[in-house]
Amino acid sequence: MNTGHTAAQEPTAAGRAATHRDALPVFTGLAVAAPNGLGTDAFWSATRKGVGGIGPITHFDAGAYPVRVAGEIHGFDAREHIPSRLVPATDRATQLSLVTTAWALGDAELDPADFGEFDGSVVTANAVGGVEFIQRELQSLWSKGPRYVTAYMSYAWFYGVNTGQISIRHQLKGPSGVVVTGQVGGIDALAQARRRLRDGQRFVVAGGADAPVCPYGLTAGMTAGNLSTGEDPDTAYAPFDRSARGHVPGEGSAMMILEPLGAARERGARHIYGALTGYGATFDPHPATGQPPTLARAARIALDDAGLTPDDIDVVFADGAAEAAADRAEATALVELFGPRRVPVTLPKTMTGRMYGAGAATDVVSALLAIRDGEIPPTIGGGDLAGELGLDLVTGGPRPARLDHALVLARGDGGFNSAAVVSRVP
Amino acid sequence: MNFSLDGLRTILRACAGEPENGDLDGEVAAITFEDLGYDSIALLETLSRIEQEYGVAVDEAPMDELTTPQALVDYVNSRLARETAHV
Repeated sequence: MNTGHTAAQEPTAAGRAATHRDALPVFTGLAVAAPNGLGTDAFWSATRKGVGGIGPITHFDAGAYPVRVAGEIHGFDAREHIPSRLVPATDRATQLSLVTTAWALGDAELDPADFGEFDGSVVTANAVGGVEFIQRELQSLWSKGPRYVTAYMSYAWFYGVNTGQISIRHQLKGPSGVVVTGQVGGIDALAQARRRLRDGQRFVVAGGADAPVCPYGLTAGMTAGNLSTGEDPDTAYAPFDRSARGHVPGEGSAMMILEPLGAARERGARHIYGALTGYGATFDPHPATGQPPTLARAARIALDDAGLTPDDIDVVFADGAAEAAADRAEATALVELFGPRRVPVTLPKTMTGRMYGAGAATDVVSALLAIRDGEIPPTIGGGDLAGELGLDLVTGGPRPARLDHALVLARGDGGFNSAAVVSRVP
Repeated sequence: MNFSLDGLRTILRACAGEPENGDLDGEVAAITFEDLGYDSIALLETLSRIEQEYGVAVDEAPMDELTTPQALVDYVNSRLARETAHV
């Protein structure tokens, strides 16, 4: 691969310019369930104001665990939102994905029954599987015996189950799938949705969901060594900060409806929040090789795909690992791309914790709503190194700005990098 | 011991929720599980719960014949009767 990738300096016609405008993949419905808001309106009004949802763990007694705070969704009773038939058969992540899908379809005013049964596809991201479900069944297995393990275990634990349940519930029989790429999956799912649209699908439900806040989820997460042990919810997750000590896990789901622009306009879609104009993904070389990480290259590929240059980008929704070396590497990548303090950078995930498969998908929703409202949501907590690292980090409240193009970055454990460009549709 | 339709209702609710069509408290005895919206895995779960609570081994249950609540209740009762007879 050409490491001297010069696309950012010399935009090509590979992306938007080469795409027939009617085929541009646009977002016509959005929905979020996050620790700082259950439902898009609640989430966005909290996020704009910098109201966080990280708090002491309440889903279980975390007294014996080194990790004490998380982003939990409170007040979510699956029975109020999905058929009771599905409740015993689904993990919390699946329940959240079903709820957000129904909301996103409602937001798009798109009823799958109005389309052919093979017209709609589903692509979701999930990083940890149905961990809470798995834990409960393992407890049954070892305390009572194999006959007490529920039959639903056969699928309820599986990464792909969210896509499957969404497909069944809304009768979406087009080619569907799951991406399991850790914390970048929310972006990769959108890229796969774009491929489906290019292949002729009429619409795609895409996004991500994860619910890792249970003893098994937390214990598994701790093995990566990058969960924050901070006990103060306001400071436990502090990206680009001297006190950075790892991230806080969060649970959530973000789902989006994507359609080709022409078809969306033809049906009179109520919202066209923006377009997915660029996508890039890379995988880092093993650290032992001494070669640098490749986040900047993922961003350049996405910009090139969008036919844009760094100057066109109005805001960056950054990754924000909250680990000293990774923060420095991300800042270096941003400065390399844009120059020091040349573009506003924000991390609304400081209000939710890192939601794994849902994290990057939620950032894309935030980017689209920021474009709509002309306002960059703030970063809360952390950030005292941002200036020194050459970043213009948006803190202390929302920042009004005319936004045409937003870059969303995500990294995952083990070397995943993904970047998406979302753009205003005039 | 006797297994009643109400006993089945309780177990169905607990491990498979309300039916997608109709009211579980209504006249459901002769309606197929399929029409009620319970799929095969929900039935498997139901049989497993019956086994746990009533001690009836269901490994060899003729699933394709137990298509309605009444058929399932009758099957479980026939097994219960047989086990009682063996005592």
